[in-house]
Amino acid sequence: MTTEEKTDSELLLEIKGLRIEGQTDDVWVQIVKGVDVTLNRGEILGLIGESGAGKSTIGLAAMGYAQPGCRISAGEIFFDGVDLRDLRHRERRAMRGIKIAYVAQSAAASFNPAHKLIDQFSETPVQHGVNTREEADADGIDLFTRLQMPNPDTIGFRYPHQVSGGQLQRAMTAMALSCRPDLIIFDEPTTALDVTTQIEVLVTIRDIVEQFNTAAIYITHDLAVVAQMADKITVLRYGEVVEEAATRLMLSDPQENYTKSLWAVRSFRKTADVPDLEPVPLCKVENVDAAYGDVPVLHDITFEIHKGYTVAIVGESGSGKSTAARVITGLLPPKQGQVFYKGEALPPDYRRRTKDQLRQVQMIYQMADTALNPRQRIRDIIGRPLTFYLGMKGKKKEARIRELLNMIELEPNDFIGRFPGELSGGQKQRLCIARALAAEPEFIICDEVTSALDQLVAEGILRLLDRLQQELSLAYMFITHDLATVRAIADRVIVMLQGKIVEQGSKLSVFSPPHHEYTELLLSSVPEMDPDWLDRTLEERKHLSIKSAGQ
Amino acid sequence: MGKILKLIGQRLAIGLLVLWIVSLIIFAGLEFLPGDLAQEILGQSATPESLAAFRKELGLDQPMHTRYLGWLGGALKGDFGVSLANQREISELIGIRFANTIFLAVLAAIISVPIALTLGILAALYRNSLYDRMVNILTLSSISFPEFFIAYILIYIFSVNLDIFPSLANVSADTPLWERIYTCLLPALTLTLVVVAHMMRMTRASIINLLASPYIEMANLKGMKKARVILYHALPNALAPIINVVAINLAYLIVGVVIVEVVFVYPGLGQLIVDSVQKRDMPVVQACSLIFAGTYVLLNLTADILSIITNPRMLYPK
Repeated sequence: MTTEEKTDSELLLEIKGLRIEGQTDDVWVQIVKGVDVTLNRGEILGLIGESGAGKSTIGLAAMGYAQPGCRISAGEIFFDGVDLRDLRHRERRAMRGIKIAYVAQSAAASFNPAHKLIDQFSETPVQHGVNTREEADADGIDLFTRLQMPNPDTIGFRYPHQVSGGQLQRAMTAMALSCRPDLIIFDEPTTALDVTTQIEVLVTIRDIVEQFNTAAIYITHDLAVVAQMADKITVLRYGEVVEEAATRLMLSDPQENYTKSLWAVRSFRKTADVPDLEPVPLCKVENVDAAYGDVPVLHDITFEIHKGYTVAIVGESGSGKSTAARVITGLLPPKQGQVFYKGEALPPDYRRRTKDQLRQVQMIYQMADTALNPRQRIRDIIGRPLTFYLGMKGKKKEARIRELLNMIELEPNDFIGRFPGELSGGQKQRLCIARALAAEPEFIICDEVTSALDQLVAEGILRLLDRLQQELSLAYMFITHDLATVRAIADRVIVMLQGKIVEQGSKLSVFSPPHHEYTELLLSSVPEMDPDWLDRTLEERKHLSIKSAGQ
Repeated sequence: MGKILKLIGQRLAIGLLVLWIVSLIIFAGLEFLPGDLAQEILGQSATPESLAAFRKELGLDQPMHTRYLGWLGGALKGDFGVSLANQREISELIGIRFANTIFLAVLAAIISVPIALTLGILAALYRNSLYDRMVNILTLSSISFPEFFIAYILIYIFSVNLDIFPSLANVSADTPLWERIYTCLLPALTLTLVVVAHMMRMTRASIINLLASPYIEMANLKGMKKARVILYHALPNALAPIINVVAINLAYLIVGVVIVEVVFVYPGLGQLIVDSVQKRDMPVVQACSLIFAGTYVLLNLTADILSIITNPRMLYPK
């Protein structure tokens, strides 16, 4: 889908000089600073940038909508020749859902938990008087079928919590289509999904845009995804346009340095060679079965982690990755099996472990925000484990805190007295690393530590972890669903599916054929920067399924 | 559905346990009060012999656990014994008064609950407007005044000056329904003013709490009208806390109306319990307390069940 192939190039959306302000502490700050956007009918525009770049705000502004605490202060938003800003509130509202529709990042949170899917689907056409309830319901079932949802006749009669994330995202796309709008805003529609689900939703979105000749704005921070979807790409930073161009041109020949740096992110590779294996593994999980209540989660898990090694555990959400971490830390005593540390069996329950046993295994979490006490200063956050595990006090403690801050590349004088709220996302994650290091562990469990961060920031964290590993010969258990991260940092890889280990080995052996069937699916689902990747992958899978059907 | 029945069963069982513990506490508590009925009736000048004889007649000479078990056994059969003060059947004595109390509570609830919910929803809809502030000021002022004060103000305005409603809420068993409602309107209004603020504020807060949710933004982006966003998208998700506050206030309407009953001389349960405590008429106090406790347990149980029924996550598991 390139712009050249489009014959219908009627202008649909034209945003000129858009400025949006957001209110913080009674002061209005400009968050979008004079952005121009044009979009033709049937065209897909990719908006890309890091968090805080103003992507979502611009997407919402295309509906004439500003989030609470924000206001559109200047500019024109022509939709189909009418300036949305000139309309009365009532007139703008009457266009929403009918002419312009929105697909949110988290379908699970954006569906009302109190109503069935079909009720929420039919609400837009019925309330706007486009369709009767019967017509709308029938149309809903038709759209569910076209979007290849399972049991399209009945799935609408379920509540959102009874439907999986990927299906909900499709249902939300169906809902956006219910009035056959001219424009749909997709706001990170696949960010919350596993790669294997993402690929299906991407295909779905592309198909419907083609089927209904709908124009779309596709907002994402994932370059490889936008490469598959968009006809043209606009790169944003700090509320300004950095660069815009047709997709292929943008990918092959980015002009601005910032764009180039975004493109280069995935190039990071771990530097050092793996150390020699020590005879006794640092941590060993042996034949572990674990369950939450009566629900079994892990089945017969066995793996080893050696000193100085990074072991990545990959799998989809619900595959038991984090549960394995909870078993090792003793938060969830296993039903069967044992955890060994340096050849010694650890008590299954953390409450029965000695302080020293606890000290040796530290954790870093995905959400640095919630893992830090917002009421404690950095000095206390890092100082607490120093006192608790190592009994440090006074000057010695203060010196060690400063040393740790230097290790994570935060200037001690500047940061030591701050609260977590005064840090950026990446700095918070660094702080969590420092807190883990304070206990002087040999083994750190990193649970999706880069998933909530922008790519550039995430890369910084990976480099830091890599450097620390070399300096302190740490072992990492790196839980992630992002295979690019695994490629960057892992020495060994464990692939999990439904609570079982399907494959484990060195990174090279897992990532090179022959693969286990599931590893193959996982690997082939990771989008690549090549704009033809999606078509190619679909083609390959079709061949495979024809072949296997023929056998 | 079976899951809910099981849940109701569990809650009921716990409720019964609570009632039993309450009965123990009440019994023990009254036991520790200085003096007893015999002393109260015979007065300061009674001789030890006459006191002993009178106690024997009333059964007060039995050890505590014997009396407790005897009482509990009777209560289980619905027989609370006889009033020590006037020898009347307690169940009969309480029956009429309990019906009166319930009648007043229901009347107050019928007035206050819809008013509170409507005010709360409108306050959420037009939050931070002049209307919102007025409603908040008015309801909060009314809850800040003591009940008897509100009662006397209402009497002053509606009985003394305007002469529309009677100042005494004197009803008997054969009062016709309409007259009964008419007579009880002032006490019901007093109670309404007392309970509306709590329920209204909770309704408002619960709804406003949800307005930042992604699904509310989604409803706005689907072009839904403001009223529909509040009523169809926010309210169903705010029901659980609202139901709980309503239940607590209903319980208060039944249990906490003593002062209002006294001011309006209304023959309800509250007055009876006050009189009986004064007279050391233990069986009556015990029976009343047990009924009050039962009311609380039942209303909270109802609130729990309603909260579950209004939450599809609980009702329809994955």
